Amino acid sequence: MDNRRKYVIPGDLVTTGPFRPEQNVVLEGDKIISTTIGISEIYDDSVRVIPLTGKYIPKINDLVIGKVISHTSLSWELDINSCYVGFLPAQDVFGRDFSAHADELSSKLKSGDLVAARIANFDRTRDPLVTISDRDLGKIDSGDLVKISPSKVPRLIGKRGSMIQMIEMATNAAVTIGQNGWVVVSCETPEGLLKAKKAIEMINEKAHVANLTDQVKEMLEIKEDES
Amino acid sequence: MGGRDATMVLLDENGVRCDGRKVDETRRIMIKAGGLKNADGSAYIEFGDNKILVGVFGPRDVHPKHMSNTDTGILRVRYHMEPFSVGERKNPAPSRREIEISKVIKEALEPAVMLEKFPRTAVDVFIEVLQADGGTRCAALSAASVALADAGIPMRDMVAAVAAGKVADTVILDVNNEEDQAGQADMPIGYMPNLEKITLLQLDGVLTPEEYKKCVDVGVKGCKIVYDLQKKALNDKYFGNGGD
Repeated sequence: MDNRRKYVIPGDLVTTGPFRPEQNVVLEGDKIISTTIGISEIYDDSVRVIPLTGKYIPKINDLVIGKVISHTSLSWELDINSCYVGFLPAQDVFGRDFSAHADELSSKLKSGDLVAARIANFDRTRDPLVTISDRDLGKIDSGDLVKISPSKVPRLIGKRGSMIQMIEMATNAAVTIGQNGWVVVSCETPEGLLKAKKAIEMINEKAHVANLTDQVKEMLEIKEDES
Repeated sequence: MGGRDATMVLLDENGVRCDGRKVDETRRIMIKAGGLKNADGSAYIEFGDNKILVGVFGPRDVHPKHMSNTDTGILRVRYHMEPFSVGERKNPAPSRREIEISKVIKEALEPAVMLEKFPRTAVDVFIEVLQADGGTRCAALSAASVALADAGIPMRDMVAAVAAGKVADTVILDVNNEEDQAGQADMPIGYMPNLEKITLLQLDGVLTPEEYKKCVDVGVKGCKIVYDLQKKALNDKYFGNGGD
């Protein structure tokens, strides 16, 4: 595994050969070159680089946390911590029989509200279309927003959700992670909330450390003994 | 700069230059990635006595809106010299020279930055020269490239830059202020080391075709030295080279 993963910066050669270039790599002749700072991974038939820095770029089917910026009579605009704004059409909330005359958008979502949403469609020609008509999506009524770097979201989730499960178990908090680096933490006890927030911030700062899981575990446990 | 010896020897008979360097030696170079909290990416470079700070924002919304392009992102570069960066106070308003260098650096970065991935957005690069001593455009370009990588903006390659030139009929690497003022030619070169492509090439002075070729060769070699330091700066920040 070791020779398949390596640290790369833009311009570095990842590999040559018949591989499919995926995220953050380009094909120049027969060379596959990294386009960002990150860790390269070579699979059986494809190559990609996991970025360590950079803004959130919307991807279809991503769960994101958005903040309502404004609305027109037909749609809301969400800040999704990206270079593009999320576009949430009114039909998505009011249903097919939405009428611009009868329904008032601010009755459902006001500016400043937090929303869990899914990227329904995104291509380079238009702003990303988001939807909240699904299970677990919609307005977020309670909880604290923690902002982390979008490139550190995979670290917070961990392998098959191990990291986030550990935090949730230890603190009894419910954590909603948006792929855009915005995380909502809610918990019944203020201690649990504080501890979960601290753990998330710790992962954000120390994402590159190898034995991070142990360190987070240690931090969560020490706090328990004190209380 | 005032007060320096007017009869200074640029190159003595032993092949030693006015600041003690050999003909193919660069000045001391130090690059640091990051350092500015509020910018998306940043870099600081010390290139001899040049001290330059670069901040990068983006991709982000374009304002004014009419500048945006629906096909691709745009790159905006501002090169600015601080009033205290040179011997005599420099008016902080953008001069003709600064506007030109901004354009030149922008065009030297454009082949590397993959702006087509972010239509309707802008990437802003702010270059502040804190102290100048000849060759600021090359130092600024090298630092800007590190800052762009630090901001996570997709790039086909890094851009490294250094100047070559001619003093006392000899081709030299990394022209300093005195050599620029009194020398015979100055050729700043921007180079993508992995793609082996030149993105910036200017020439002020007169060279024979042979000298011209030699200047490019020497410059490209110098760029590779700068590239190694850019690489080190990014490795130090992101992979903590053996530490941590």
